[in-house]
Amino acid sequence: MSARDEVMNRIKSALRDAPVAPEIPRNYRRDSHMGAGQRLDLLVDRLVDYKANVFVVPAADASAKLAELLAGSSSIVVPHGLPESWLAAVKNDAGTVRLQVDSPERRLTVEELDAVDAVVTAAAVAVAETGTIMLDGSPSQGRRVISLVPDRHICLLLAQDIVEVLPEAIARLEPTSPQTWISGPSATSDIELERVEGVHGPRTLDVVILN
Amino acid sequence: MKIALFATCIVDAMYPRTARATVTILERLGHEVIFPAGQACCGQMHVNSGYFKEALPVVANHVAAFDTDDYDVAVAPSGSCVASVKHQHELVARRCGDAALEARAAVVGAKTYELSQLLTDVLGVTNAAEQLGSYFPHKVTYHPSCHGMRLLKLGDRQLNLLSSVAGIEMVELPEAEQCCGFGGTFSMKNADVSSAMNADKAANICGTGAELCSGGDASCLLHIGGGLSRQGSHVGTLHFAEILACTLDRPATVLGEVQLAGGKR
Amino acid sequence: MSNTFLGMPSLPVFGSGNLNATEPFPKAARRELANTQLRANLGHATATIRDKRLKVVAELPDWEDMRDSGSAIKDATMANLPALLEQFEANFTVRGGVIHWARDAQEANEIVTALIQATGESEVVKVKSMATQEIGLNEYLQEQGIAAYETDLAELIVQLDHDKPSHILVPAIHKNRSQIREIFLREMVDVDPGLSDDPARLAEAARKHLRKKFLSAKVAVSGANFGLAETGTLTVVESEGNGRMCLTLPETLITVMGIEKLLPSFTDLEVFMQLLPRSSTGERMNPYTSLWTGVTPGDGPQNVHLVMLDNGRTAALADKMGRTALNCIRCSACMNVCPVYERTGGHAYGSTYPGPIGAILSPLMTGITSEENNSLPYASSLCGACYDACPVKINIPEVLVHLRGEDVDSTRGKVKVPTQMDLMMKGAQWAFSSGSHLNLLEKGLPLGKLVAGRNKVIKKLPGIAAGWTQSRDIPAPPSQSFRQWWAKEHKPGSAVGPGTTTEGEQA
Repeated sequence: MSARDEVMNRIKSALRDAPVAPEIPRNYRRDSHMGAGQRLDLLVDRLVDYKANVFVVPAADASAKLAELLAGSSSIVVPHGLPESWLAAVKNDAGTVRLQVDSPERRLTVEELDAVDAVVTAAAVAVAETGTIMLDGSPSQGRRVISLVPDRHICLLLAQDIVEVLPEAIARLEPTSPQTWISGPSATSDIELERVEGVHGPRTLDVVILN
Repeated sequence: MKIALFATCIVDAMYPRTARATVTILERLGHEVIFPAGQACCGQMHVNSGYFKEALPVVANHVAAFDTDDYDVAVAPSGSCVASVKHQHELVARRCGDAALEARAAVVGAKTYELSQLLTDVLGVTNAAEQLGSYFPHKVTYHPSCHGMRLLKLGDRQLNLLSSVAGIEMVELPEAEQCCGFGGTFSMKNADVSSAMNADKAANICGTGAELCSGGDASCLLHIGGGLSRQGSHVGTLHFAEILACTLDRPATVLGEVQLAGGKR
Repeated sequence: MSNTFLGMPSLPVFGSGNLNATEPFPKAARRELANTQLRANLGHATATIRDKRLKVVAELPDWEDMRDSGSAIKDATMANLPALLEQFEANFTVRGGVIHWARDAQEANEIVTALIQATGESEVVKVKSMATQEIGLNEYLQEQGIAAYETDLAELIVQLDHDKPSHILVPAIHKNRSQIREIFLREMVDVDPGLSDDPARLAEAARKHLRKKFLSAKVAVSGANFGLAETGTLTVVESEGNGRMCLTLPETLITVMGIEKLLPSFTDLEVFMQLLPRSSTGERMNPYTSLWTGVTPGDGPQNVHLVMLDNGRTAALADKMGRTALNCIRCSACMNVCPVYERTGGHAYGSTYPGPIGAILSPLMTGITSEENNSLPYASSLCGACYDACPVKINIPEVLVHLRGEDVDSTRGKVKVPTQMDLMMKGAQWAFSSGSHLNLLEKGLPLGKLVAGRNKVIKKLPGIAAGWTQSRDIPAPPSQSFRQWWAKEHKPGSAVGPGTTTEGEQA
């Protein structure tokens, strides 16, 4: 008998008392009771608590804010689907910041990613209550690896994509997409159970919320 | 109201004062107390040690003693024994395949209350000084025993009753919710861990500067008091029922006259 | 009742690997208790995490609703496990993943080894995984000439120190910062000799140490927190980014997951991803969660394997009372609140799974008669703190008592000399099964008073009770029991009025 069939048979045999699957109660909060402003404030509070840097700017100022944040950086990587308008000011500074685009046609190597100062991505959705931004691999967010290897991650988020609670975000996500949920910069609690930021993932997380 | 007292084996044999205090309080409130003579023990020690077969006659005895219409509610001055009556008796009967006993145990369990539960929820006692004349001019800290706190969800019932005693000074016990380490035969089978837990409990109690530690379970108080006594501490332990029973006219004096459950007084 | 089922193997088939204690818990606990540094480290760490957990749990108005949902979802998962496994398998496979099944630790180790060897590599990076600890994968790989590098900070500390994990979430919880600094200075090549014991500096040292390994690794081995049947999706929950490194950079990813780790649907994750982080690290959300479904072309490993592990899980499933232990999501909240764990640490439990959950899970997976695992269900005062903390409401105290019953019953009928505990229980059965028996016994109380002597305490008892008197006195018993007083002196209503409490009970 194959291992699969044997394990399956063991399970069926273990369950021969035919336990009844209970009804699943879902009395927890599944939608938001907050207004947009409250959700925004809550997200900011939670991100700051996790030592992320948070900037709330009008959507029209996205490009300027990004250029400001990248002043002093020599190279950045962006996914191929990042909105062009966000990069306008950075591109005007051409010569000071080297911009590399990761795309299906031209995938950056790990070494190339390790050499850049920062990565700029969008996000699919953010959960205010937990301070979580969620990336789902769509073209504005790119491959999982690009938001991992560079030491600084700048994430631009549309205020309309902020939900209050996790179930609302789950409802928006495509389950089979490769997802990364990010709550603050890389951190560890492994030493005396005290949280310290900055281990293997990006040690700096900047979240720019476009209002 | 006609109230059946379940004294519990440890109170019956080691701390009769606690049961008498319970009677005193209930009679002072004008209720009739009866003592079903067939009672002995809830069987918790057997169950918690894995001796289900040996527990069965003990459980059957308790159910036989209390499965009557002769009283309105039953009460015990012990959170863990009441938890056993309410939660374990049916389990034992079921495991041993005695469906009739299981059904009767459920009836008895539903009628049985822990003392602070009965006083607060059924008899409406919220102010011990006013309603019971309780007076106890001493500095007291309080340990909430695990089974009362977690299985019966007693919350602050015992503490609130104590706090409403005239003259009492309650001081908060640090890490109050940590188990004292008794755990029945755990204290023998895992004597080292149990002793370490008790030592920490004792240190926390002594650190409060209280004259004594109160609680709602004689077994935990025996354990804590036994540890305090061995360490030569002068802090004793006393069941909350005994504090509620004390009055201005007849106070229990904590110096010399009363032998507390453990400690050196 | 027969254990055979038409065409079915007879159950239970127990697990192997690092699930067995090698000495009885009381003996191991005694040794660990003597380590004052360990006691201090554990006390500090568990107190820190307890406070954090309470704070973030209190923030949610619907925490109890979530626990109810989590518990019901897991119960339903176990009840429907065969169908859910088939559904998961179909979905994972259709998206390019390959599934392997392992009956036990040995088979799982062999499968993983063969998969690594097929790549031609002799090194792997690892994400922290309880399943691979349980099967002893690292040791097995080493015997086969394959080096496995643990990348979680705590696992790295333990591995560098040639030690064993002592906690399922924070394997190095028994070490403090200065001990960790010493380990790094001793074992890390190229470490800065001026390294301080500041946790941030220690984390940075780990980053430098592992960076090259991550960027060059071709094969990674992981566990999984959840497998979603509806979509064939796997989930890894982590903090440092070492998980993301392992899950996205290598060409080959091999995941080892227990068969009980399934959830029916993606929606169910909304419950568990609230329960797990708050219960484990006391955070609203862990820094990183990765989800992948088979192979994503152009993104992450293109060679994706999953080993589905039994190793005693079906034995636990066969125990009606005990199967609830399989609901465990490995958050470690139970050990952080356990007064026994706090004082002994994880090593005392012997098994990969320590603390309250380990005290039920290990004997359920290996059988109560296996080696020293029969001492584990007794490693609890039954205080119930674990049940209160458990995000999926596993009634650990109830299962502990159930397993104690299994242990006692397993020796019944065997020719043996009764233990002192057996005799004590038999004697107490006689005394406690009748009011008149107890009364008869209580007539001997004045004798106890005599034994206690002038100091009014008993300081030393023989045999099994000596454990009690090693640190505790017993007060002198009263001169008469309550029932004797009641029969002789109580008059209905006579107690009305104050102060009768202490009457007649003066020393």
